[in-house]
Amino acid sequence: MRVLIVGGGKLVYFLSRALISKKHKVTVIDRNWEGGSRLAKQLKINIVYGDGSDPEVLEDAGAFYSDVLLALTSFDQDNFTICQMADAYFQVPRILALVNDPDNEKVFKNLGIADAISTTHILTGLIEQKAIFEDIVHLTPVGDGKFNLTEVVLKKSAKMVNIPLEDLKLPADCLIAGLIRRNKPIIPRGKTRLRPGDRIILVSLPTNHDEALKMLTMEY
Amino acid sequence: MPIKKQRLGVIAGCGRLGSYLANKLSALGYSIMIVDIDEKAFRNLSVEFSGFHIIGDVTEFKVLERTKLGEADFFIATTGEDNVNIMSAQVAKRMFTVRQVIARVSDPKRDEAYSELGLLTVCPTAISADVFLEKLALEKNRSPLKGWL
Repeated sequence: MRVLIVGGGKLVYFLSRALISKKHKVTVIDRNWEGGSRLAKQLKINIVYGDGSDPEVLEDAGAFYSDVLLALTSFDQDNFTICQMADAYFQVPRILALVNDPDNEKVFKNLGIADAISTTHILTGLIEQKAIFEDIVHLTPVGDGKFNLTEVVLKKSAKMVNIPLEDLKLPADCLIAGLIRRNKPIIPRGKTRLRPGDRIILVSLPTNHDEALKMLTMEY
Repeated sequence: MPIKKQRLGVIAGCGRLGSYLANKLSALGYSIMIVDIDEKAFRNLSVEFSGFHIIGDVTEFKVLERTKLGEADFFIATTGEDNVNIMSAQVAKRMFTVRQVIARVSDPKRDEAYSELGLLTVCPTAISADVFLEKLALEKNRSPLKGWL
């Protein structure tokens, strides 16, 4: 695939390196002369020095023959114009834009740039996911790491509350092996219902561990 | 007699062009909201300016929301960056459904490309170049260089 990247810095360097190793043809438009020259020395790619939102620069960089365009500058207005030009004048089949202001994800989509990615959004999502897992008390790999043993406290707002275990659609290969309710250990049966505040002993495989935990900590 | 509703306009950029427009429109009785990323830029506003100003980046959706763009009759993007003007003008038109939207695009190539795409633009470079050429043509008849130009 012929990939045209507009932007500079570390992100573009590592991305280009990864793409070349997968045998893609990469061209980078960088408006920073020093950064661009450094990139040209480090990697075997074409570098075009200039403003990627200028139609002439895009043409020089072979926008007409590109299969994918990635607009990765740190300015939303530049990424926006680059994508519009690439779409309206060069008909690049696949266009991807980075947005910095997370609100601009919806702005870009509204104005016809379907693939807008907000790193802020992705990172906040990841952080929130981690925050949900803060209720995990212990996480121990057992049997040479082939099993995970986890203790999770069930929140009041958890979705799994008050449903008989046999009706819980837990992922395959995981088991609620024990409960501690008001300091009393219980070995649950299919009819046992989970209650808020229960400490759940979960046995899972590393492969479905995240999925199982996500289900148990899922809230309304 | 019904009170005539004051026309509301939002101007992006309070540089030489933006502030000039804001001062004029304000003096003409328009209600003007002007936005600039740099607080110092508002010094360009004259005493006759009676509108409001907001510090912020117009490529930020939340900043545009704060300008009450949804109620505005027109939006003029005059910042020094073409791409900022191009983007904010389209956001104003398509997402805030402002009826009249004009963007300043200084690069003649980009101006041409965007007016083809249906954006109402003003290219100060092309306009002043045309005036220069016009003046040159007038001079031709009088100058000692007659016949050379």
